[in-house]
Amino acid sequence: MFYREAGDFKTSYAEDNQTFPIKFDRYRYYAVLAVAFLVIPFIVNDYWLNAVLLPFLIYAIAAIGLNILTGYCGQVSLGTGGFMAVGAYACYKLMTAFPDISILIHVVLAGGITAAVGVLFGLPSLRIKGFYLAVATLAAQFFLVWLFNRVPWFYNYSASGQISAPERTVFGVPVTGAETSAWAVYLVCLVFLTASALIARNLTRGMAGRKWMAIRDMDIAAEIIGVDPLRAKLSAFAVSSFFIGVSGALFFAVYLGAVEVGEAFGINKSFLVLFMVIIGGLGSIFGSFAGAAFLVLLPVLLKNLLVGSLGWPTDVAAHLELIIVGALIVVFLVAEPHGLAQLWRVAKEKLRLWPFPH
Amino acid sequence: MPDQLIFAMEVFLNGLMAGVLYALVALGFVLIFKASGIFNYAQGVMALFAALTLVGVMEGQVPFSHLVNAVLGTEIHHFGWHVPALLAIALTMLVMIALAWAVNHFVFRHLVNQEPIILFMATIGLAYFLEGLGDIMWGADIKKLDVGLPQGINTIIDEYTYNLFDYGFFIDNLDIVATLIAAVLVAGLIVFAQYTKQGRAMRAVADDHQAALSVGISLNWIWVMVWSLAGFVALVAGIVWGTKSGVQFSLSLIALKALPVLMLGGFTSIPGAIVGGLIIGVGEKLFEFLIGAPYLGGATENWFAYMLALLFLVFRPQGLFGEKIIERV
Repeated sequence: MFYREAGDFKTSYAEDNQTFPIKFDRYRYYAVLAVAFLVIPFIVNDYWLNAVLLPFLIYAIAAIGLNILTGYCGQVSLGTGGFMAVGAYACYKLMTAFPDISILIHVVLAGGITAAVGVLFGLPSLRIKGFYLAVATLAAQFFLVWLFNRVPWFYNYSASGQISAPERTVFGVPVTGAETSAWAVYLVCLVFLTASALIARNLTRGMAGRKWMAIRDMDIAAEIIGVDPLRAKLSAFAVSSFFIGVSGALFFAVYLGAVEVGEAFGINKSFLVLFMVIIGGLGSIFGSFAGAAFLVLLPVLLKNLLVGSLGWPTDVAAHLELIIVGALIVVFLVAEPHGLAQLWRVAKEKLRLWPFPH
Repeated sequence: MPDQLIFAMEVFLNGLMAGVLYALVALGFVLIFKASGIFNYAQGVMALFAALTLVGVMEGQVPFSHLVNAVLGTEIHHFGWHVPALLAIALTMLVMIALAWAVNHFVFRHLVNQEPIILFMATIGLAYFLEGLGDIMWGADIKKLDVGLPQGINTIIDEYTYNLFDYGFFIDNLDIVATLIAAVLVAGLIVFAQYTKQGRAMRAVADDHQAALSVGISLNWIWVMVWSLAGFVALVAGIVWGTKSGVQFSLSLIALKALPVLMLGGFTSIPGAIVGGLIIGVGEKLFEFLIGAPYLGGATENWFAYMLALLFLVFRPQGLFGEKIIERV
């Protein structure tokens, strides 16, 4: 009923290859973009921005990044927190070293630096795989956090060991520092997220993505049909780390403003992003959004429900949240290993045929 | 003898002791990995959970009292009795067996034949669940655990080394006891695996699930047994760690160190877990002492183990004692 291909004729290769081949999907996508860019900036307030929207936008970028590595290329990484820290500290060093250059460029450059670091820590993936690699990426996590904690050059010798973002503007509107307005901050993150999603979606549809998926599905077979594992794996690490670095930079500069590395980018951050990818769906860009939204909203909902409505102490609510998140991950893996994205795919199939059963 | 060398020797000995503790946690990993191919990330949290439960039982805490108080507005905390350590350990073991059954029944039975990485992620979910459950059952504050293990400086070693070098080594009694416990545990596990019927069945399952199934071994029973054994190892590790540094969340983080230990020793080898643990323990303490603290600003223990394992793996992916990884197409 809603999801008809009937009457939707493709007359060129370009039309046949577009990201959303079904008309309904395409218009829904335009509608979401329009609401995100034209409606929300006018109604957003500080609570919604800081509690829901900013974390969602920033984690979604990180989840897209990790999904490329884990979901598309099959290399499990537990170093996401460390790579986000690289993005944050790179952005901080660039911001303070070159105050005249736009913050947007700094964020992108921070992504680039993170990509380089990611490739470095991705090198062992050529020799080891599976759990061994997952544990090897823990080395990145702990080493990077230690590095940013112990080498004063990274935090400009500040007494507290923290880094805090100086005020920077985009087109004359402040986006970092103390005096930001909700809509500007929101738009900056939204632009980065939209760009990331577009790039990631098109990369994974193209040759690069197919090589990654070939490596994921069976690396030996991929090598035999001519996929260079060195390039495929390292490019996955580079692209993935780029997005994670961008998200780390935004997380520090735009969202928190001031961070202490062990607290903001610890091992828990790595797991959080990994859970987003698992719950959302491995190997799906939409899944990254869904997973990020789910895990950002869940604590807010639980807190509002348990602490706000029922008046429970916050620590009980926090423990309950751990239990629920843990149980949900297990339930998802048992019931639907492909995550929220798969539920969405099934729903689409059903809608396509509705109201007929077959 | 120069002071530096004597200090280094003391650090070396202390590293050996720390290594034994890593090895204790790593043992639990190896058991489960061998028998079911599950890489049990939750092993560290299981140790924490076991220790929390043990303290709770000994002190006569009311489980979930915090939650119950919050919901019903009551003020209950303790039953008011104290359970002797041995009985409490037995009761905690029962809880760990129940946990093993539940884990197998509700989670891993449904995940048979899934990819290893999916199983691994399920154990991460399990780790979160257990962490939350432990906190909500017994409260999240740091607890003291004392089951009567000896603690404090070992005066015999102190005096002996003082007579020898004019400098008394500081070796904790608890570490010595831990070493003995670990030795007994390993010997017991090896005897169990080699000479008992259940142990043989366990090794058969580790070798080939389907073949084991076809000769009449119940996979479910073996898995529950293996998880119970891992729960037992976790309990021992929890007792030793908990006595040493208090029962607190960081216990499960320290247990993460068991991962590089395993990578060094090989995932499938019990002796590998021990040797790997010792190498990591000594390596990180010596590195901190010789290079980390003087030149790198200290706290290198946080990452040294992982880096060592990482570098090591690049040259020998199967670890020291692991079975050679053979890939067939």
